[in-house]
Amino acid sequence: MTSCEQLEILNNIPLNTPFHRKIDAPLRAESIDILQMNIGKRCNLSCKHCHVEAGPERSEIMGRQVFEKSLEVLREHQIGTIDITGGAPEMNPELPWFIREAALLNRRLMVRTNLAILLDEQYKHFIKLYADSCVEIIASLPDYHEERTNRQRGNGVFRRIIEAMRLLNERGYGRPGSGLVLDLVYNPVGAYLPGAQQALEHEYKMRLKREHGVVFNTLFCLVNSPIGRYLEYLIRSENFEDYMSVLNTSFNPATLNCLMCRSTLSVGWDGRLYDCDFNQMLDMPVSCSTSSHIDDFDFRQLKNRKIVIGNHCFSCTAGAGSSCQGAIEKLGRQ
Amino acid sequence: MSTHYYETKDLEDFPNIAEYASKQGEKFFAYYQQATGPGVLTEREKALIALTVATVRHCPYCIDAYTNKCLSLGVSSEEMMEAIHVGAAMTAGDVLAHSTQMRKIIKKKEM
Repeated sequence: MTSCEQLEILNNIPLNTPFHRKIDAPLRAESIDILQMNIGKRCNLSCKHCHVEAGPERSEIMGRQVFEKSLEVLREHQIGTIDITGGAPEMNPELPWFIREAALLNRRLMVRTNLAILLDEQYKHFIKLYADSCVEIIASLPDYHEERTNRQRGNGVFRRIIEAMRLLNERGYGRPGSGLVLDLVYNPVGAYLPGAQQALEHEYKMRLKREHGVVFNTLFCLVNSPIGRYLEYLIRSENFEDYMSVLNTSFNPATLNCLMCRSTLSVGWDGRLYDCDFNQMLDMPVSCSTSSHIDDFDFRQLKNRKIVIGNHCFSCTAGAGSSCQGAIEKLGRQ
Repeated sequence: MSTHYYETKDLEDFPNIAEYASKQGEKFFAYYQQATGPGVLTEREKALIALTVATVRHCPYCIDAYTNKCLSLGVSSEEMMEAIHVGAAMTAGDVLAHSTQMRKIIKKKEM
C-alpha cells in the first residue's frame, strides 16, 4: 500500500474525535535531543507488524554523503543521543565506519537491531564493534513465548534472538556494572495494546532468565502504529476499526508533553527530515520547508517546528503512551 | 434503535456507568481500580482471575476487556484456557455440591 493510500484510510476512519481535535493547541517541538537515523529499509526479516515494510528485497539505503552530513550536524550541535534504526541497520555497509566516527563524539549511541542478524557469519563482527564502541542495543522481542514471536517475525527467529542475547551477555551486555546496555522492545503480536510496562518487564526478566538463561536491562513497551504491514494486517483481519476506536478512547492527554516528536528529529535514508519514524513511512516531512533535508539543517528553525500530525499519532498517546523509549508516563516519572 | 442487546462498542460506555448516581459510581471506580490493580497479587494474576469470573458470569463486555488485558500482559492462550477450566470445574463442582440438598431430602423422604 502506498503512503498516500495509507493516509487516506487513516484520515477517513470514522472516529469520535480525530487527533487534531483531541489536542488544544498545535504540537511543537521543544528541542532536538535525539537524532534518529533510519539508515535503510533493507532487512533480513519481513516481520508482519513492520511499519517500515522492511525486507531483503528493499533497496533504500542511506549513502555515505547523508551519514557525513549527519556527523557534521552532530559535531556542530549538542544533540545528546544518536539513535540508529532501519530495517536491519547492519545491512548498511557504511554502519561500521559510522559507528566508529559517532563513538568519537561521546554521545549516547544506540542501535535498534533485530538480533537474529548477529548470528549470520557476515554480520557477527558487529557484536565486538558494538561492545568496543559502547553502543546501546535496543532489540525487538515481541513476546517471551517462542510461538508468538515466530508468528510475527518468522520461523526460527525466537531461537536466534535468544542465541544472540547469550553471545551479548557473554560480552557483558545486559549485566549490571558492565556499562553495556541491552534493552528489549515488546510490541503486541496482534490487535491489542501493550499492558503495564513494569509488569511485563518483570515477567520477561523472570521467564527469559529461568527458561533461557539470558538477561537484559530494560523492557520498552511499544504500541503498534497503524502503518505499513500492521495497517494491512488490521484491515485484513477486520480489526482496523476496533483498534482505532481503542486507540481513540485510550487517548491520554498527559502523554502530550513527553511525546518523542517533541525532542526527536528523524532522518530518512535519503536525508529528508521528519518528526518521527512513523511520519517518515507515511511520507509526511517536517513542516519547515526551508529545512526539510539534512543538507539544509537549521537548528533554530527545527527545534521549535510545528509537528505534523495525523490519526496514526493516537498510537503514541494511548494509555501510558508510547515512544521509542517505551511507555511515556514512566519516562515522565523518571 | 439497536437490534442487539450486547454490542462491542458498548464497552466504550463503561466509564459512564456512574451516570445518574455519580457518588456511588465514583466509589465503585475507586474500588474497582484498587481491586484489579497490582497488589499482593500481580496485575497478571488478577487479570486471569477477572477473565475467569467474567466467563463464569457470562459477561461479554468483561470477557472482551480481560481477554485483551491478558493478551496485553503476555498471558498465553494455554494459560487463559487453563484458567477458564478452573471456572468450569468450580461451576460443575458448585452444581454437584448442591446435590447434597437433593440427596438429604431423598434420604429423609424415602422409606
